[in-house]
Amino acid sequence: MNPRPYVEVTDLKKVFDVSKPWLNRMLEQSPRQFLKAVDGVSFDIKKGETFALVGESGSGKSTVAKMVVGLLGVSGGEVTIDNVSMTDKNQSAQRAKLRRRMQMIFQDPFASLNPRWRVDRIIAEPIRAFNVVEGEANIVARVGELLTLVGLHPDDGRKFPHEFSGGQRQRVAIARALASNADFIVCDEPTSALDVSVQAQILNLMRDLQQQFGLTYLFISHNLAVVRHMATRIGVMYLGRLVEVSDAKEMFTNPRHPYTRMLLDAVPDLAMSGRQRIPVAGEIPNPITPPSGCTFHPRCPLANERCVAEAPQFINGVACHAVVEGRKLVIPAAA
Amino acid sequence: MSDPVISVRNLQVEFVTRRATLRAIDGVSFDIARGEVLGVVGESGAGKSVTGAAIIGLIEPPGRISGGEILLNGRRIDNLPPDEMRKVRGRKVAMIFQDPLTSLNPLFRVGEQLIETIRTHLPMNERQARDRAIELLTEVGIPAPEKRIDGYPHEFSGGMRQRVVIALALCAEPDFIVADEPTTALDVSVQAQIISLIKKLGRERGMAVMLVTHDMGVIAETADRVAVMYAGRVAEIGPVRDVVQRPMHPYARGLMGAIPTLEASAERLVQIPGSMPRLSSIPRGCAFNPRCGEAFARCHIDQPVPLPVNGRHVACHLYDMTSAETFSAEASR
Repeated sequence: MNPRPYVEVTDLKKVFDVSKPWLNRMLEQSPRQFLKAVDGVSFDIKKGETFALVGESGSGKSTVAKMVVGLLGVSGGEVTIDNVSMTDKNQSAQRAKLRRRMQMIFQDPFASLNPRWRVDRIIAEPIRAFNVVEGEANIVARVGELLTLVGLHPDDGRKFPHEFSGGQRQRVAIARALASNADFIVCDEPTSALDVSVQAQILNLMRDLQQQFGLTYLFISHNLAVVRHMATRIGVMYLGRLVEVSDAKEMFTNPRHPYTRMLLDAVPDLAMSGRQRIPVAGEIPNPITPPSGCTFHPRCPLANERCVAEAPQFINGVACHAVVEGRKLVIPAAA
Repeated sequence: MSDPVISVRNLQVEFVTRRATLRAIDGVSFDIARGEVLGVVGESGAGKSVTGAAIIGLIEPPGRISGGEILLNGRRIDNLPPDEMRKVRGRKVAMIFQDPLTSLNPLFRVGEQLIETIRTHLPMNERQARDRAIELLTEVGIPAPEKRIDGYPHEFSGGMRQRVVIALALCAEPDFIVADEPTTALDVSVQAQIISLIKKLGRERGMAVMLVTHDMGVIAETADRVAVMYAGRVAEIGPVRDVVQRPMHPYARGLMGAIPTLEASAERLVQIPGSMPRLSSIPRGCAFNPRCGEAFARCHIDQPVPLPVNGRHVACHLYDMTSAETFSAEASR
């Protein structure tokens, strides 16, 4: 029997009201406007794996991450983590217990650490909040242990965040995430503010910690190469919808959705192999007035009338009429 | 090879602070020929942007060019008085900045900004300048330029705004363009479009382009030659294919290994220990020696200079065999 996945996200929706103020609406006779940031996203994450969400800015990946950890209320759908619903009001007691076990690492380590607190206090905060360790001496010892774990020195705890470089700050953020013995960590672009050599250090550290503690990651990134390095499974988002979900290997060797292919082709080719690419066209449309049918159709080389009229269903890991119908892309011969 | 458009000789830039004088650029030299794209890569603090700003004459006090020279078509431009430099800037040399939102004035229509720039540098009337602005917008790939020219910057998307910024830089048909992280604020799919646009324009107009970026992938796609900078110096400079695929300087090798690629999913990324030194505490000898796995005695004492190796220049004692022997002889004495 298949065990229930650790994290289960079902038909998740988030709608933001972006209407003008009431008086303007009355005077200008303009209707209320809504932005569907996330529109029916479903996926699950098994224990110990890394599930990555990729997409361009405005695709809703960070909104999904925030709803999963409960930083943002949901407009519809359900999130279940280890059999506890994050959305059901009747399960708040179980949820309080669960909260210790999930943590988040943010993009900007300059903004996510309190500049007025010393690092040991920052890392000790979750320990105190959840009473993970009793007694002041034990807390100090635990903080030192965590700092060593992320490659810093226990004495670094006396310093303030501004005394650290970006990469070291991100290490502090990781130590804080581990402080409450969390086993599910949501990482929202954890390395995009860092230089490549430092990014490599952080990614290696995150993988080591995952193996050591059996962590489960939800990994948000726009960088496909980073995702390739980290993820076991990948979901590609476009305008608030998942367009493709597949195993990481499969995604890179055999992308199915035209958008996934376009994203892969847009990544600069470091090996300079001169592989054939679909020329990238257009930009992500305004999410307040998304295109009809499949929202990707204005940029899609395979689109036809059906794509304009009818939104595709998510079938077998991909939401695309062209894939279901087996339309083939004819790549024009390279000049 | 024809005469270079831009020639930087032993450039030094210093920032005078209360505590000390910090040397941000220390002896950088390179040439860029007509129609050539030189990529400049390095991590934050390596001095890439300062090099670009120095060439274009935009180093503000407390910074100053403290040594070396910059030649544009054989004429020195680093010591021009501010008034003269203003005439060169925009006309002969131009710049594309990272953030298209802050490099356009939000209060003026795109067309007004283009026309103003064109008329400042070229003898044209309003009508001619407007026609030329529309031509430029067409060239950078803005759809329906006759209509879009009257739009405000906020009505353009990020990628389209960056195209407008590129059109602005092209207004006076400069010989040399500095593009400072032109795609960093953009999504990957848009980045690919902007890269190929810059490449195409450089080729077609025979401009020299200095492309500053921290993204090795962008360099691999666009540049003809690449300079890898570290702590204000050029560590390695040479044809892009050689440097990207077979880097020789230990820093360049580490940098290339640290980049996750789509092709192979290596178990672990190469990681360079530590981080770039602060300007106030640049180590003696080779600035990279505390992070370098192959450093030997000489690296701690003697600062390496770029020497020709395998069709490129590398500033590393590992490749300087002849003087290594003489040095060890000296050291043993």
